[in-house]
Amino acid sequence: MLRLPCTGHGQGFKRRFCGTMSKTTVNRDSPAPLLGSRSLRRIKAAMSPHVAGYVFIAPWLIGFLLLTAWPIAQSFYLSFTEYSLLDDPIWIGTDNYAHIFGNDPLFRKSLAVTFLFVLFSVPIKLFFSLMVALFLKNNTRGMSLYRTAIYFPSLIGGSIAVSVLWRNMFSLDGYVNQVLAWFGIQGVGWITNPSTSLGTLILLSAWQFGSTMVIFLAGLKQIPQELYESSAVDGAGKVKQFFHITLPMLSPVMFFNLVLGVIGSFQMFTSAFIITKGGPVNSTYVYALFLYEKAFKHFQMGYASALAWILLVIIAVLTAINFFASRYWVFYESDGGKAK
Amino acid sequence: MNASRLRIQSVINHVLLSAISLLMLYPVFWWIGASLKKNEEMRLPTIWPETPMWENYTKGWTFSAEYSFTHFFANTLMMEFWSVLGAVLSSAVVAYGFARIPFKLRGFWFSILLLTMMLPGQVTVVPQYILYNSFGLVDSYIPLILPHFFGGGAFFVFLLVQFIRGIPRDLDEAAKMDGASVYSIFVRVIFPLLRPALITVAIFTFIWSWDDFFGQMLYLSSIEKYTVGLALRMFVDQFEVQWGQLLAMSLLSVVPSAIVFFLAQKHFVEGIATTGLKG
Repeated sequence: MLRLPCTGHGQGFKRRFCGTMSKTTVNRDSPAPLLGSRSLRRIKAAMSPHVAGYVFIAPWLIGFLLLTAWPIAQSFYLSFTEYSLLDDPIWIGTDNYAHIFGNDPLFRKSLAVTFLFVLFSVPIKLFFSLMVALFLKNNTRGMSLYRTAIYFPSLIGGSIAVSVLWRNMFSLDGYVNQVLAWFGIQGVGWITNPSTSLGTLILLSAWQFGSTMVIFLAGLKQIPQELYESSAVDGAGKVKQFFHITLPMLSPVMFFNLVLGVIGSFQMFTSAFIITKGGPVNSTYVYALFLYEKAFKHFQMGYASALAWILLVIIAVLTAINFFASRYWVFYESDGGKAK
Repeated sequence: MNASRLRIQSVINHVLLSAISLLMLYPVFWWIGASLKKNEEMRLPTIWPETPMWENYTKGWTFSAEYSFTHFFANTLMMEFWSVLGAVLSSAVVAYGFARIPFKLRGFWFSILLLTMMLPGQVTVVPQYILYNSFGLVDSYIPLILPHFFGGGAFFVFLLVQFIRGIPRDLDEAAKMDGASVYSIFVRVIFPLLRPALITVAIFTFIWSWDDFFGQMLYLSSIEKYTVGLALRMFVDQFEVQWGQLLAMSLLSVVPSAIVFFLAQKHFVEGIATTGLKG
């Protein structure tokens, strides 16, 4: 039986007392002040793990209640109001939602742009990062150099610096068009052309596949080497091994990356804000940008809250679909096979 | 035969990896070259300018009449210091609670924690802004630093919980036999062992806060408090942009993250690998 310190009786004060006592005994060799070691132990024995547990998770719990739970509730309430920060919120019922779904062309446009972005950027990113992770898996010489080189673009992440870089490279007389000119191809102004502008942002997000790749790499390293060895004995080739060992064993990691990738790209903001400012003709007007402008440019906090709640529902539904679908393709070792 | 096959495979591997690395770094090479170019030279397809304009760096550094980049870098590094400190300390404490102490409703709170990982930031951003605004904390670093002291983010707590679960319980039990409380087990046994995972937390926190343009833009409004990212944006919005200078400063702005990453590169991948994200 687990002997838990400080279990059983003791009300609030005593428990707190007990907690502070045990902290003073970090150095066990120093004599306990005032109390003998026997009574000290009894006080410690009175410490409940329930209290200790909450003491430890307190930083997160306070943060969660203050900066997540309360704001969620607040934003739900605000979504039924008209609120400009200056005056008190005015209750307007479902007007915000009615307006959003009824006649807000920007809502439909930004949603379409965002879906398009997610639809392309997530699979491209997953594919590239998995492929590169497979090459990086083997510990050849100079591996850390490659790893750093490949991770570098992700390091500079969603920063403004990279947006500046991108804007320069893909402008009409930017570097990309100069390279294309060598091959006799007349490039367009990639960023100023409505049909390609979103593509440049997708490319930027694909360029930064580092974090996804690192997670794949970690997953790959956890696949037991014996599986490959024994299958090699059975005469399985590289390709067969990939489809029958690597992919199934990696599927939980793939799932993790997929879920977080969808959620992350749904919130894409900085590059659209800096590189294209949502344009041209709203071709890169992503949802997060729309929400930001409603809230902090037009100060329609109520309307923005309604938009945020719609986003929450969309992401929740997509994540639920992902989880549901995962039953058919994610392989968990501990279940001894496909779950169901 | 087997050895030569392995050799060929290793050569192929190297060739492919070099090609990928080159492709990934190509924009960066262009960036370095362009940061030394004159405005007129930007149109030329060359990577390296004819005469490098080193003054792009010195002029760019002091582009704003009021403050130089020294000031903006100092601001950002100060913010980073507190953010990293908060994330490292609080994520370790919270993760230990979840990983080792069987308290009431632990499973419930842990699922809530995991759920918050999927919560889009936009849902909370408006009320959070209103909250900070009502305490007069807008245009201060508090909204940017404070969240890091609350567990440093669900992702880090999750990462560390997985890591702690991998630490043999015998160590705790042994300390418990010696009469150590859960608190001293944490301080003396678990926390020191968390080092590799905490390095990962520190690096991620550093890089992500550095890049958190949205938060900085939202909460910092006076130029005096600007971070490097905001200063760059101010640069972009100038009437006539000196592209060479702007690219030079952008390049400098990623140097701290690059240094942090190079220094800890090894721990970084291993920190994640050993935490076992699969669980």
